Amino acid sequence: MSWIKDILGPKFRAQEEFYRNRNQCDKVVRSTHGVNCTGGCSWNVHVKDGIVGWELQATDYPPLEPGLPPYEPRGCQRGIAFSWYLYSPLRVKYPYLRGVLSDLWRQAKATHTDPVSAWASIVEQPQHRKSYQQARGKGGFRRSSWDEVEELIAAATIYTIKKYGADRLTGFSPIPAMSMLSFAGGARFMQLLGGVNLSFYDWYCDLPNASPEVWGEQTDVAESADWYNSKYIALMGSNVNMTRTPDAHFLGEARHDGSKVTVLSPDFSMTSKHADWWIPVHAGQDGAFWMAVNHVILNEFHHQQKTPYFLDYLTRYSDAPFLIDLTEKDGSLRPGRMVTAASLERYKAEENAPFKYVVWDETSGQPRMPLGTLGFRWQTKKGEWNLQMIDGQDGSVLAPALSLLDGIADGHVEVLQVAFDDFSGGQVARRGVPVRYLETVSGRVPVTTVFDLAMAQFGVGRNLAGDYPQDYNAEQSPYTPAWQEKYTGVDRANVIQFAREWASTAEKTAGKCSIIIGAGVNHWYHANLIYRAGITALMLCGCVGKNGGGLNHYVGQEKLAPVAPWSTIMGALDWSRPPRFQNTPSFHYVHSDQWRYERTADESRINPVAERNAITAGHTIDHQVRAVRNGWLPFYPQFDRSPSEAVKQAEAAGAADAQQVVAWTVKQLADKKMKFAVEDPDAPENWPRVWFIWRGNALMSSAKGHEYFLKHYLGTHTNTVAPETAEESVKEVAWHTQAPEGKLDLVVDLNFRMDTSALYSDIVLPTATWYEKDDLNSTDMHSFIHPLQAAVPPCWESRSDWEIFKALAKKVSQLAEVHLPQPVRDIVAVPLQHDTPAEMAQPTMKDWSKGECEPIPGKTMPGLVVVERDYVNLYNRFVSFGPGARQNGIGAHGLSWSIEDCYDDLKRTSPTVEWNGGQYPSLAEAKDAANLILALAPETNGEIAWRAFEAEEKKVGLRLTDLAQDTRAVRTTFADLDRQPRRLLTSPCWSGLTNNGRAYSAYCLNVERLVPWRTLTGRQHFYLDHEGYIAAGEQLPTYKPKPDPNVLQDLIVTASDEKSIMLNYLTPHGKWGIHSTYGDNLRMLTLSRGCHPFWINDRDAARIGVVDNDWVEVFNDHGVVVTRAVVSARLPAGIAFIYHSPERTIGVPKSPLRGNKRAGGHNSLNRIRLKPNLMLGGYGQFTYGWNYWGPTGTNRDTYILVRKLQGEPRW
Amino acid sequence: MNPRAQVSSVFHLDKCIGCHTCSIACKNLWTDRKGAEYMWWNNVETKPGTGYPTQWEDQQQYQGGWEKNGTQLQLKMGGRGGLLGKIFHNPRLPTMDDYYEPFTYAYGDLTNAPAGDDQPTARPVSMVTGKPMNIEAGPNWDDDLSGSNIYAANDPGVVRLRAEEQAQMFAIEKMVMFYLPRICNHCLNAGCVAGCPSGAIYKRGEDGIVLINQEQCRGWRMCVSACPYKKTYYGWSTGKSEKCILCFPRQEAGEAPACFHSCVGRIRYLGVLLYDADRIESAALREDGDLAAAQRELILDPWDSQVLAAARKAGVPEQVLTAARRSPVYKFVKEWGIALPLHPEFRTLPMLFYVPPLLPLLAQDNQGVQKQAEEFFTTLEQARLPIEYLAGLFAGGNAEEVKAVYRKLMAVRIQRRHASVGDLADADVARARDLAQLSKETIDAIYRMTALTRIQERIVVPPMLRDQAVEAGMDPEVYKQEMGFGRRQPPKRRW
Repeated sequence: MSWIKDILGPKFRAQEEFYRNRNQCDKVVRSTHGVNCTGGCSWNVHVKDGIVGWELQATDYPPLEPGLPPYEPRGCQRGIAFSWYLYSPLRVKYPYLRGVLSDLWRQAKATHTDPVSAWASIVEQPQHRKSYQQARGKGGFRRSSWDEVEELIAAATIYTIKKYGADRLTGFSPIPAMSMLSFAGGARFMQLLGGVNLSFYDWYCDLPNASPEVWGEQTDVAESADWYNSKYIALMGSNVNMTRTPDAHFLGEARHDGSKVTVLSPDFSMTSKHADWWIPVHAGQDGAFWMAVNHVILNEFHHQQKTPYFLDYLTRYSDAPFLIDLTEKDGSLRPGRMVTAASLERYKAEENAPFKYVVWDETSGQPRMPLGTLGFRWQTKKGEWNLQMIDGQDGSVLAPALSLLDGIADGHVEVLQVAFDDFSGGQVARRGVPVRYLETVSGRVPVTTVFDLAMAQFGVGRNLAGDYPQDYNAEQSPYTPAWQEKYTGVDRANVIQFAREWASTAEKTAGKCSIIIGAGVNHWYHANLIYRAGITALMLCGCVGKNGGGLNHYVGQEKLAPVAPWSTIMGALDWSRPPRFQNTPSFHYVHSDQWRYERTADESRINPVAERNAITAGHTIDHQVRAVRNGWLPFYPQFDRSPSEAVKQAEAAGAADAQQVVAWTVKQLADKKMKFAVEDPDAPENWPRVWFIWRGNALMSSAKGHEYFLKHYLGTHTNTVAPETAEESVKEVAWHTQAPEGKLDLVVDLNFRMDTSALYSDIVLPTATWYEKDDLNSTDMHSFIHPLQAAVPPCWESRSDWEIFKALAKKVSQLAEVHLPQPVRDIVAVPLQHDTPAEMAQPTMKDWSKGECEPIPGKTMPGLVVVERDYVNLYNRFVSFGPGARQNGIGAHGLSWSIEDCYDDLKRTSPTVEWNGGQYPSLAEAKDAANLILALAPETNGEIAWRAFEAEEKKVGLRLTDLAQDTRAVRTTFADLDRQPRRLLTSPCWSGLTNNGRAYSAYCLNVERLVPWRTLTGRQHFYLDHEGYIAAGEQLPTYKPKPDPNVLQDLIVTASDEKSIMLNYLTPHGKWGIHSTYGDNLRMLTLSRGCHPFWINDRDAARIGVVDNDWVEVFNDHGVVVTRAVVSARLPAGIAFIYHSPERTIGVPKSPLRGNKRAGGHNSLNRIRLKPNLMLGGYGQFTYGWNYWGPTGTNRDTYILVRKLQGEPRW
Repeated sequence: MNPRAQVSSVFHLDKCIGCHTCSIACKNLWTDRKGAEYMWWNNVETKPGTGYPTQWEDQQQYQGGWEKNGTQLQLKMGGRGGLLGKIFHNPRLPTMDDYYEPFTYAYGDLTNAPAGDDQPTARPVSMVTGKPMNIEAGPNWDDDLSGSNIYAANDPGVVRLRAEEQAQMFAIEKMVMFYLPRICNHCLNAGCVAGCPSGAIYKRGEDGIVLINQEQCRGWRMCVSACPYKKTYYGWSTGKSEKCILCFPRQEAGEAPACFHSCVGRIRYLGVLLYDADRIESAALREDGDLAAAQRELILDPWDSQVLAAARKAGVPEQVLTAARRSPVYKFVKEWGIALPLHPEFRTLPMLFYVPPLLPLLAQDNQGVQKQAEEFFTTLEQARLPIEYLAGLFAGGNAEEVKAVYRKLMAVRIQRRHASVGDLADADVARARDLAQLSKETIDAIYRMTALTRIQERIVVPPMLRDQAVEAGMDPEVYKQEMGFGRRQPPKRRW
C-alpha cells in the first residue's frame, strides 16, 4: 500500500537529473518590464547558455513598517510571459523598410548625391508619395540596414525642418516612468530638434481631470500597501484583481484585517470576488450613486450630527468656508464667483488681492483673508503660502464659519432662493440658502459659503424654504437615495446603509476610507463629474491626506519618482527652453480630422450646460481654436508657417532682438496676417509630417478613431463609412471640401515586436527588449526604484532606444553641416502654465481675437519665446548634460533649487564628454544618465531632498527640512539598484510621507505640514471658480446624464436589422495584456480564447442567435471588428466588452460588411469626443500642464451593432 | 506508527485572484517543448466551470481514483487484470478534445508577407499538424465564466445541486465565481503509482514527491487514467508520461517551487508534514464525509515526543523534524483546521489542502433594482455560493466541515475589525469567537499567517540533505568534482 521509494535505489533515481539539468542556469539578472504597466515589478531574469530562459519575481523589497504585508512577490502572468518575445517569430530582428519606399529611396539616391534632395524628390512627387502611403499596412517589408534607414530618417527630418518647420516633427511615446531613459532618449532628440512631444496620460483618457480640478495635482495616490490601512474600501471602475495583479493581495489581505470591501461594477468582475458587497451599478452611473451617498452623509453627519472631526477637517483643508457671491440672472440668484480680497476695502491694496479669497470670520464678524491662497503663492513676500488659518494682513487667528446658518437667528443672515441646475431632470430647483450681504468696493453683494451651497445643491433642506426633498424617498428630487435608483439600479436602502457605514468608519478611524478607481469610470465623457461625486464623499469625511484614506486612481497614472532631473534631461531643458509639449487629444482630434464627423447640435446634447452663451456655444473645434488662441492649450504646428521662417520674416521686417520678434509676431496674429495652424488644419502647410513612435502602439491600442488615423494620417485603406457633418457647424476653422488623406510623409516605429503600429509604419527599427538594456523604473503602486538591465546583449541587430536616438542625432548633425550649418532661431508658442504666475493671467474670459482685450503674450494669449537651435551640434548636445541645468537649477511643480555644486561635482566624479572646448557630465550611455538622475533627485539623494525641502520652507514659511533630516546621508547609484530595490525618500516634489517605512498616501504632507494644494484657495475644492465652469453648470459637484445613443453619431449610416443588436461598447483593461503588449504573446493567447473576444450577455446573444465561440461582426460607422463571441451571464444585458487592447494583426479575418477587407481592432469602433470645459484655462488650477490638464480621449460613450458573422471567416 | 515526511501545501482560495502567473512560471520552466505544449502541470480553473481537461471531476466518465469494494480499496478503473486489458485500448482516457489542440500563430507572416492589397494577419496554426486551424478549446477556456451557460452550468459540482440552486447561480443578483489552482497533489495513496504497469512511478522517501521515472516509463498512460485529478500527462513526442515534480530541483536548492514562488496573490504555503504511513489504507476506507477528518488524523504532531521517537526510528532526519514544527501547512490543516483536501472522496489522500473562499453577499432583484443583503460582512448564511457546492469540492459532501472553516474565517475578520476600528460590540466579537471555537491568540496567529508573512514563512522548504542522497549512490566528493560534465540527454524514446 505504500508507494514510497527511499533513497535506496540510486540508479533508479538517477533519471532525476533530467529535470535538474533544466533548472540549472548560469546567471540571474535583475530587470523588469518597461512600458505602460504600472506594476513596476522587480524580476530575476534567468540566463542559461547565454540565452534568456525564464523569469521569476524578485522578493527582496525592503520591508515597510511592521503590521503591513510585504511587497513580494510582485509580477503577474503577463510579465512572466515576457521572455517568450525575445526569440519568437514576432520579434523585430532587423531594420525594415517598406518595399515601395525602399525602391523609391534607392532610385532617388542613385540620382541625388544629397540625401535631403533625394527625399525631396520622393515626397514632392504626389504619385510617389501616394504610392508608398497606400502601401502602408499591406505587407512588403524589406530588410534594410541601420545606415540606410538612419540616412533616410535624417534626410526626412532635415527636409521637414527646412521646408515646413521643426514643429512638424512629432514624437509619441507612452508613460515614461517604466523605462524613463528610453522615453527620455526620444524626447531629448525631438526637443533638441524643436519638434513636438505628444502627451499620453490625457490621450489615454487616464488623466482624471477631477484631480486638477479639486487638488491642482495631475494625480497623486497611495501606494498599494496603503490599501491595507484602509478600513472601508469602495472600488469602482477599477478591477484591481485583473489589472493590478501584483497589488491585489493587499485588498484580499485587508479584509482579513477587518476591512469592508464594496465593489461597484456592472459585471461580476474578478474583484467582485473579494467584495463583501458587489453592487452591480449600471455602467457609467456610479456618479448618481455617490451623489446620493453625499446627500445622506451631509444630512446625517454634517447637518444632524455635526460630526466634529468632519467639520473641523472641512474648515481647515477645503474651500468649504470660502465665500461665493450670488449673481442675479434672469430673475434668480445663482452661485457666482469666489469673493476676492480685491473687492474689500480693507484688503484691496494687498499684493495680488484679486487672487486672495475670503472667509467669514466668526471671531471678528468680518470677511477675512486667510493665508495660503493663490495670491500668497506668487506674491513678492515669501513664506505666507501655508494653510494656517491666519489673516494675511494682521496675522490674527481666524475662526471661519463653515455655514452662515447660525446667523439667521440673530438677524444678520437672510435666506434667499438660489437656482440650482438639475441636469437629470432638465429643470432648475430653487432652494433657500443662508446669505449675508457684504459691503464691497462695488456695492452690497449677497454671499454665502461653499458649504451652504453644497448643502443646497445636494438637497439637504435644514428646514429652509425651497424645492428641497421631503425625505430619502423623494424620487424626483436630486440627489436622494430614491432618485438614484432609476440610474444605478441600486436599492435606496443600500445607498443609505453604505453612506452610514462609510461615514461612521471614517469618524471612528479619522479618515480611513478609500476609493479605488480607474478606467471603468474615467473613460466616460462626464468622468470628471463622476470622480468629483466620489471625491466629495472622501472630503466630507476627512479621508484625504490620511493613511488608509483618499482617492486612489489607478489607470495609466505615472509616477516618475525622480522627476526633477529626469524632466530636465527628457525635455533637453539643459540646452534650451521652453519645450514643445502638445496635449495629444487635441492634436489627434484636429489633425486626424475627427472633428469633421461631428455636429454642434449633437455635441451640445451630449454635454448639457447651465446656460447657452458665448462660452458654451459652438462646435468643439471652435472651442479648441479659442483655447489655443487664448493660451489655454498648446497646439503644434503653431503657425501657418515655419517657426524659424517666422523669425526670419520678423528680422526682415526690422526686428532687432527677440522682444521685437515677439512683438512682430503678435501684430501679425492680431492683424490676421499670420494664422494659428489650428485655424486651418487641413491646409498642407499645417500638417504634421514626420512621426516617431517608440515604446508604444500609437496607431492601434491608443488610437481612438483608429480608422480615421489610417485615412487622414496614413492615406491607406480604412473601414470607416462615417459621413462628414461638421461643415454647417464650424465657425473658427477653415473648411476644405475634400479632407486630406495621407498627411504624414514618414512614420518611423521603434519596436521589438511586429505590432499594428510597426505593421503600418514606413520604417521599423528593431529595439532592444526590456531584458536587453539598462534603464530605471518607478511607479506609484509602490515606493521603490529599481532597474532594467541587460541580461543578454540586444539580440540580432536591435539597439536600445537611447542608442537609436543617439545615432539618429549623429546622422542629423552630419547632414546639418551642409543644410543647417548655422544656429537657427525659432519662435516657440507655449500656453499659460500651471505652477507659474500665469495662474493669475485670466481671472475672467476675454478673447483678444474678438477685440475683447489686447493680445499680450503669456497673459491673454500663448507665451512666445525665441530660442536658438544648433543642428550641427545636435549630437554633442544629446550626449552632454548642458550648462542650462547648472544655471537654472532643477525642480518640479513650481519648486526649484540650485545644483551648481552638484553639477561641478559630476564633472569631477562622473564620466564627461568634451567638445568645442567645453566639458560636460556625460549622457552618452543610458547608464550615465541613470546615475546622473539618481545623484540629482531628492527621492534618491538625501542631501538633495534636504535642499529641496529647504527651498519649500522658504515658500511656505513653515519648518519642513526635518522630514529629510534622518535620511540626509542616503545616496543611490545604479549599482545599488542592481543589488536591491531602494525605497524612495520623502520629497517635496510629492505629497506623501514615507519616513520610517510609513506607507505612501497622497496629501499627507498637505494635511500634516500645512503645505497648500496648488489650487486657487490652496485648499481642496468643492467649488470650481471659473467662468467657464459656471457657464457649464459644473461649479458644484453635479450629475449629468449618460448621453443617449441617438446623439452620438456612431450609427448614422449603419442600419440595424433583426439579426443585429445595439449595445454600449466598453473596452475595460483586461487580464491577458497590458494594453496591446502580451496580448499577442502565445502564453496569453493560449490561456484565454486564442483571440481577443467580444463579451456579450447570454440573453443578448440568444436574441441574435449567437452561441459561445461563434464568430461575430461588430460594427458602426467608424469601423468593424471580426472576432469570436464569449457568451457569459457574468455581464449584464445591454453592454459588451472587448478588453483593451487587441492587435488587428493576430488571427483577424476579413469583414464581409466592409468589402471583405481585413477587420480592425477595438479602436476601429470609436472616435475621439472632447469635452469643451476641460479646454478652459488661464486661471488657478485650470492652467495648462503637459499631461496635467486638457480634454481627454473619452471612449466609453460608444454604441455598436453586433451580428453573427455570415459564413466561414475569410482570411 | 510509521512516521514519514511529506512536503505538503495549502492554497488559500480566498486570496486567489485567478491570474495564472503560477501556470506560466511552470510552463516556462518545464513544459515549453515539443510534445509537452498541451501540458499544464499547474493550471487554474474558474469555479463553477468544467476545468481542464473538461469535466475531469466526473469519475463516472474518467474512472479515476479509488473506490471502496467492501472493506477493500480498489482503483476505479479496475484491478490489475482489468488494467492490462486496457493497455492497448483505454476508453476512459481523455482525448485531445478533452484537453485542447495546442496552437500557435503564423507570426512570421507579419514581417514576411509580400506586398498585397490588404493587411496581413497571423493565422492560428495547429502545433500538432502545422496547419491553419480553428481554435475551439484551450487549457483555460471557461476563464471568468466564459461561456457560462455551457461550461459553468455543466460543472459536475453544479449538476449535482438541486435545480433551484443551479438556477440561482446564474441569476445576476446571485452570480459568483472563484478560482481553483491545481497541481499534482502528491497523494499518499496515489492512483497513478498504483495504476502504472511498468512500476515507473514512485514517491520519494525523503519528501513524498511523486515522480515518473523518465527512463522506466513505457507510455501506457494508465497513470493518466488512474489519477482522478488528471495531473499526469502523456508526452506525445517522447512517448513518456510526465507530471508536476513539485520543482524538486528548486527545493533541493532551498527554493520555493516556481508556481509557489511566483504566486502573486500570496495564496500558497508549503511545508513538511509528518504522517503515519501505517494508517493510509484505513483512512482511505472511511466514509466520504469522514475522509477530510480522517486525513487530518493521519497527520502527526511534530511536538509529540512519541511521534518524534518513531520518526527518528523511521529515519526521518532531525532537520526535517525541525522543519515540520515550522510548517505553515501543519498549522492550517491540523492546528487551525481551516484547510481541506480537494475531492477527498477520490480516496487518494491528496496532500494539497485548500482554504475555501469568502464570497459576496446575496442580493435580491426587484424589477431591475437590486438590494444587497444588509449584513456588514459577508456571512455563512448569506454567501452567494451554496454551501453544498463547496462541501462537494472539499469535504466529500460534508457541509459541516466547510461551515466550521467559515466560522473561523469570519471570527478572524470580526476580531480584527474590533481591534482596528472598534465599531463592533465586545459581545458580538466574543460570540463569533465561541462559534468558531478559537482563542484570541489563535485568531491572531491565523490573521498573521494569512496577511502578513513573507515568503520565508509561507514557504518552508525542509532541508533536502542532498549530500546524503548522493552518498547512497556515489562519493559526494567525486560527485562535486564531476557534476555537470557530460552531455545532457533526453530520455530515450520508446519508439
